[in-house]
Amino acid sequence: MEVTVTVNGDTCTRDVEPRMLLIHFLRDELQLTGSHWGCDTSNCGACVVWLDGAPLKSCTALAVMASGRDVRTVEGLEHDGELDPVQQGFIACHGLQCGFCTPGMMMTARWLLDHIPDPTEAEIREAISGQICRCTGYENIVRSVRWAAAHPDGAAAQPDGKTA
Amino acid sequence: MTAVPEQVTPIGYGSMRRKEDARFVRGKGTYVDDIQLRGMLHGAVLRSPHAHARILSVDVTAAEAHPKVRAVITGETLRQRGMAWMPTLSGDQQAVLATDKVRFQGQEVAFVVADDRYAARDALELIDVEYEPLPPVMDARRALDAGAPLIRDDLPGRRPGPAGNHVFDWEAGDAARTEEVFARAEVTIAEDLLYPRVHPAPLETCGAVADFDPIAGKLTIWSTSQAPHAHRLLYSLAAGIPEHKIRVISPDIGGGFGNKVPIYPGYLCAVIGSLVCGRPVKWVEDRSENLMSTSFARDYHMRGEIAATRDGTILGVRVHVLADHGAFNGAAQPSKFPAGFFGVFTGSYDLQAAYCHVTGVYTNKAPGGVAYACSFRITEAVYLVERMVDMLAFELGADPAELRMKNLLRPDQFPYTCATGWVYDSGDYARTLQLALDKAGYDGLRREQAARRERGELMGIGVSFFTEAVGAGPRKHMDILGLGMADGCELRVHPTGAAVLHISAQTQGQGHETTFAQIVAEELGISPDDIDVVHGDTDQTPFGLGTYGSRSTPVSGAAAAVVARRVRDKARIVAAAMLEVAADDLEWEKGRWFVRGDPDLGRTIAEIALAAHSDLELPDGVEGHLDASCVYNPPNLTYPCGAYICVVDVDPGTGKVSVRRFVAVDDCGVRINPMIVEGQIHGGLADGVGMALMEVIAFDSGGNCLGGSFMDYLLPTAEECPSWELAETVTPSPHHPIGAKGVGESATVGSPPAVVNAVLDALRPFGVRHADMPLTPAQVWRAIQGRPLRPDLAIT
Repeated sequence: MEVTVTVNGDTCTRDVEPRMLLIHFLRDELQLTGSHWGCDTSNCGACVVWLDGAPLKSCTALAVMASGRDVRTVEGLEHDGELDPVQQGFIACHGLQCGFCTPGMMMTARWLLDHIPDPTEAEIREAISGQICRCTGYENIVRSVRWAAAHPDGAAAQPDGKTA
Repeated sequence: MTAVPEQVTPIGYGSMRRKEDARFVRGKGTYVDDIQLRGMLHGAVLRSPHAHARILSVDVTAAEAHPKVRAVITGETLRQRGMAWMPTLSGDQQAVLATDKVRFQGQEVAFVVADDRYAARDALELIDVEYEPLPPVMDARRALDAGAPLIRDDLPGRRPGPAGNHVFDWEAGDAARTEEVFARAEVTIAEDLLYPRVHPAPLETCGAVADFDPIAGKLTIWSTSQAPHAHRLLYSLAAGIPEHKIRVISPDIGGGFGNKVPIYPGYLCAVIGSLVCGRPVKWVEDRSENLMSTSFARDYHMRGEIAATRDGTILGVRVHVLADHGAFNGAAQPSKFPAGFFGVFTGSYDLQAAYCHVTGVYTNKAPGGVAYACSFRITEAVYLVERMVDMLAFELGADPAELRMKNLLRPDQFPYTCATGWVYDSGDYARTLQLALDKAGYDGLRREQAARRERGELMGIGVSFFTEAVGAGPRKHMDILGLGMADGCELRVHPTGAAVLHISAQTQGQGHETTFAQIVAEELGISPDDIDVVHGDTDQTPFGLGTYGSRSTPVSGAAAAVVARRVRDKARIVAAAMLEVAADDLEWEKGRWFVRGDPDLGRTIAEIALAAHSDLELPDGVEGHLDASCVYNPPNLTYPCGAYICVVDVDPGTGKVSVRRFVAVDDCGVRINPMIVEGQIHGGLADGVGMALMEVIAFDSGGNCLGGSFMDYLLPTAEECPSWELAETVTPSPHHPIGAKGVGESATVGSPPAVVNAVLDALRPFGVRHADMPLTPAQVWRAIQGRPLRPDLAIT
């Protein structure tokens, strides 16, 4: 069946099976491979994208459920060649190692900061508690999100280059 | 650690941002499942629902009739091609697709190749397999019973009976001397400890894309591999393709932790699918397949004993182990060490004697055994000795930190040959432990604990001190399938002074593209930004055995330093020719050679590199260009250590454990990139909390795996982990070129006993001496009642 989804501002139409998962639609049909698949059961969150502005585990949503709606993925975080502060924070604070959970973590972090601009450590931990990272022990993910909170305009706004 | 500013790029060691992150934060990494090739087909594996059953028939007619199916491959198809069995890394054989019996739940039975991944899965349901169920062996302690069902009737000479499921016996240390020490000891303690079966569960499951080019006769396989060169050999042996016609590419890997060291039937099925269909075939397992069929870890049933004087001098440690290796002996470890490096169970203490005996057995469980950041079984060894030391403290009424401090090796004892023959290279253990105690505020914690106990609250403080032996290893002693564990390395400095380093190790998140560039930068004095690191592609890198067992920095990292020094030495000769002076008259400062006594007269590496490629006349016997290669054969392992202190609170009503604090002081010698080292430690600490409190792959009596999804196999999230408190001591390795030691697994090895010791410390008012991991609320609650569970089986 025909599915039309707006992904990162681009309208994409594909003819897919009704049972196709949104994560496979993004990865296999649109070649947006930044979002990952990790567990089948909505436990790991490697597949988190936004659907109409809210984080969603795209391994347990059908592509057809996104038809006519807006999806934002990790590929849509960068603006005009400038990394989002969340992306900058993950680099500055070593918030990633293998990088597999990172896109999902960053999508949740961006959503959190949009709603709670200055979250506590506990609020950050709760926000990402539906997602699993096997590499970082979460410490540096928390610090990365804190960094992004402290630099809402990114490092570019720090002419002396100093970071938190 | 604070955030690392962007403009700081040290010319050498120091925290710097990772080069690889630029692609990862943009979602532009290339993992195996991201590979898309023209005409690519998709494979799926049909797996056994039984733990032990004879295959009576396999009917693929309906699956083959599916309009999108291109091939259905069975064990019989493979048998006709001589490919039904493949060698394991431990010299056993493993079924690629079962021909005779299935020997664990989840074993590979058939492989479907179809146009897309959904169709391949659909077709699996059209395959009709008739099984005759057989009684399974699910309890390792029953595997050697006279009446135990015979699992491996595929092996010649195997008969039902007490030796039918026996894999190996192995021992270390001096049994007689240890017995003497135990006989005259004032205090001895014995306890059964289970290190349950767990799974490394990297977030990216295993997978491969195989592309066989029939014209060139060349196979290219992108796969989730921690050891591409070793895999190339295994593919050659299993598929009969000449080794020079195989290219293994390990692209970005979403975590390994040992899970991606072996080859799996699925990889070979993708290869066979490509051979049969003449098109590229992708196979990516799902999470249940990953948890149920790929390399597990641990599953060590240990009977530990410790001997000491009444005043707390530890005299000896003895342990008997029953090692559950599953249905095929697929343990990935140096061949001469069937129990890995478990012999380091002597720990960090000056023992008079030690002895261990390990018996390996087959059971109807998935194969593997060495995975999950275990440093080849040192995880089990450290858990054993650190639990026994805590039990000794319990028995003596001693403080566990004081007891350790009293018995730790002293700096003047290094190099120290332990009672089982391992030669510890360096350490300053008391200083490391004292730093941890100070950082934790240990005395204050004990006072707080006493006050809380008065109020009936359960607070526990757990201490562990570990020594690891990592960086396998010296070729003389260590090989896998006869391949010595030395690592090749090549460095080419281009005419402009920019360099490319080709390493045999491979990264699954460790940041080699950054740290290996830093090693070369330190040696040559050029910016890490000007050094690219090539890895993970057998056609582009020198031979080496890969990344696991914390061996990258000890072996491959040493190789990088050695090639860089060779380049520096050659640069000296070129600089001498440029300056028309004798090479002996030149002195090195970071980045340039200059004339002794005339510091202004010198040449930088970039100037030398250009000259080395030019028409400059070089001395006889000196070739042009500026490059070098080496094969590094480590003289010894490196011995990192650490002192960990965990503080927990236990809810007496529910048994729920909360990790309140975790202090980790690591000594891994010289740190190349402290930011990355700390990240490695953070990850390992989370692993330890997970294993101690949550993770177990258990089975029911019928052989059903009870940890087959993340709904059942529980991994720690950000809410189970505290904010880690780290510190360091630095005792360089005396034999490593840059004084570094491996660190990737230190925290995974050292943290589980700290957590368990903390929980048992909290339960001290109940007189509970031991309870096995995972210390789930149910297990803790049962321990409080004096009835701890046996967590590996659902039939307790």
